[in-house]
Amino acid sequence: MPLLEVNDLTTYFHTRDGVVRAVEGVSFSLERGETLGIVGESGSGKSVTCYSLMRLIPEPPGRIERGTAMFEGHDLLQMSQKELRKVRGNGIGMIFQDPMTSLNPYLRISTQLIEALQTHRDIDKKAALHKAIEALEEVGIPGASKRVFSYPHEFSGGMRQRVMIAMALITEPALLIADEPTTALDVTVQAQIMDIIKQRQNDLGTAVILVTHDLGVVAGSCDKVLVMYGGREMESGSVEQIFYRPRHPYTRSLQKTIPSLQTKGQELYTIPGLPPDVSKPIHGCAFFPRCPYPKTDKAEGASPELEEIEPGHCWSACGFCDSSTPIESVLAKAGEVAEDGVPASAGEPA
Amino acid sequence: MTDLPGSAAPGIAEEELVEGSSLWKDAWARLKKNKVAVGSLVVFTFICLFCVLGPFLSPYDSNAQNLFAGAEGPSADHWFGTDTLGRDLMVRVMVGGRISLMVGLVATVVALAIGVIYGATAGYIGGKVDASMMRFVDLLYALPFTIFVILLMVAFGRSMWLMFVAIGCVEWLSMARIVRSGVLGLKKQEFVEAAVSLGYSHSRIILRHLIPNVLGPVIVIATLTVPAVMLLEAFLSFLGLGVQPPNASWGVLINEGQANMEIYPWLLLFPAGFFAVTLFCLNFIGDGLRDALDPKSAKD
Repeated sequence: MPLLEVNDLTTYFHTRDGVVRAVEGVSFSLERGETLGIVGESGSGKSVTCYSLMRLIPEPPGRIERGTAMFEGHDLLQMSQKELRKVRGNGIGMIFQDPMTSLNPYLRISTQLIEALQTHRDIDKKAALHKAIEALEEVGIPGASKRVFSYPHEFSGGMRQRVMIAMALITEPALLIADEPTTALDVTVQAQIMDIIKQRQNDLGTAVILVTHDLGVVAGSCDKVLVMYGGREMESGSVEQIFYRPRHPYTRSLQKTIPSLQTKGQELYTIPGLPPDVSKPIHGCAFFPRCPYPKTDKAEGASPELEEIEPGHCWSACGFCDSSTPIESVLAKAGEVAEDGVPASAGEPA
Repeated sequence: MTDLPGSAAPGIAEEELVEGSSLWKDAWARLKKNKVAVGSLVVFTFICLFCVLGPFLSPYDSNAQNLFAGAEGPSADHWFGTDTLGRDLMVRVMVGGRISLMVGLVATVVALAIGVIYGATAGYIGGKVDASMMRFVDLLYALPFTIFVILLMVAFGRSMWLMFVAIGCVEWLSMARIVRSGVLGLKKQEFVEAAVSLGYSHSRIILRHLIPNVLGPVIVIATLTVPAVMLLEAFLSFLGLGVQPPNASWGVLINEGQANMEIYPWLLLFPAGFFAVTLFCLNFIGDGLRDALDPKSAKD
């Protein structure tokens, strides 16, 4: 049985301006010790997916409409507040985007770490403090036995994120949710933080859900990848499958946006257009309006079904465009079209 | 003797890693630089000591009448003079000060306790609960205070404790509003989300994580509430609704003093002087605290 099995997770926000379909039918599973990367543009529902799992969605206006999320045999989405409190911080730890605001500015680091531990473990203060110092040492804070009595504002951003990692992992949870843990940090520190997460994961056998929009981070540290767009799952699979055999036009376009070190003087590729407005219902493929692939005759229809093309590798099999060719050739063709003014042939129908 | 590499270096590094300084300590350091606030604090402490300890050192009883020494001006025997019934004014100012300060303190503590918990709960829960809780506050705000107190007095008879309740009932309202708005802003911060994600209970999050963070403005309001409450007490006593003779408060003494203002001016000057100085001090301390706790607002 997988550690976490999410099925058809759907979260809407019922706002005054209408229903925002932030997450629509997302499914994935995670084994113990595995790392899942969730990637996508801003507003594609990555964070809401994580917050839904932790039940941190503000309700109202948010509501988890349907789906299940079985964690160690219990459905997170059906739990009472009391049961949830036992899972939060104990079974699942979470670290947030901005380490500058995720620690309480008025409490010492020691107080906050001890509190996290004593909430879930029957442990006396002295032993808890000892454990707190150990936890800080493990995330590489020098002079931990003295720094533990400091206040958050006496730490730098990278140090605070380390403290957050120590705090989230002090109870040795089976799952760590990291919601863009390196976005607010500078690049050199980002690598250190990713190393620490990886190292702690190896030490404790923790499974990790890593939300990011940095594909480099995903390639470097994940086992599985979930590509999201417009609140939906576009493609999922192992890192090799997603990076070497991407199937969905969105995954391919996303990869195309990674700047490479080899080419110089060339304009960086960006996906044209804007992410979809999820407050309006999306018919068919969410990526359709921005898709660079030649369109097929099938213009309207139901949302595409997930199709498994090889074991563990799924994609949202849209029939709206012909995505049988690699993206480079499509983009090259599109360039020619712009010059000639003659539409390129649609190629073989899928 | 072999030299261990790097054995000397750690000493310096460890020296620097001293115990952290909290935001409270920083605020205290800033407050100490504010000369007016520190001066006010010293004067206020002196007045408090004078009122609390003074009666034990004075040979006179605050209610002992001496009709042969009625309405004497300040002298070596009676430093502040005596009132029309021959009671030593200095002792009466001290005892009156005790009551006035106590009213200020008790009513503020009551207002603080109710207001902070009420406001924090409303802000934390939010939504409809918050809306209905705050409408209730608005409702109480709309009650005219003087009429409210007079009604209370008529219904339950005059008593000092009733006055505390009446004042406390009014003063917690603004406290609740301030705390609520602070909590509304704070609960969206990630450290509150982090606290939820660590499985803390709601009451724990409110008491340990939210309230300490709004305490800055709350302390400022509290120090400014004390003089406001004392003024209310003086006002009620002046109207004859508050502290009843022979008990004295500064309000009662000022009331008695103003009746004889033209013939025996010291009866008004001493209690009024003490009252005014105390109010000044508390307001300066409040202002100083506001600047110290919120350094951004200090530099206009």
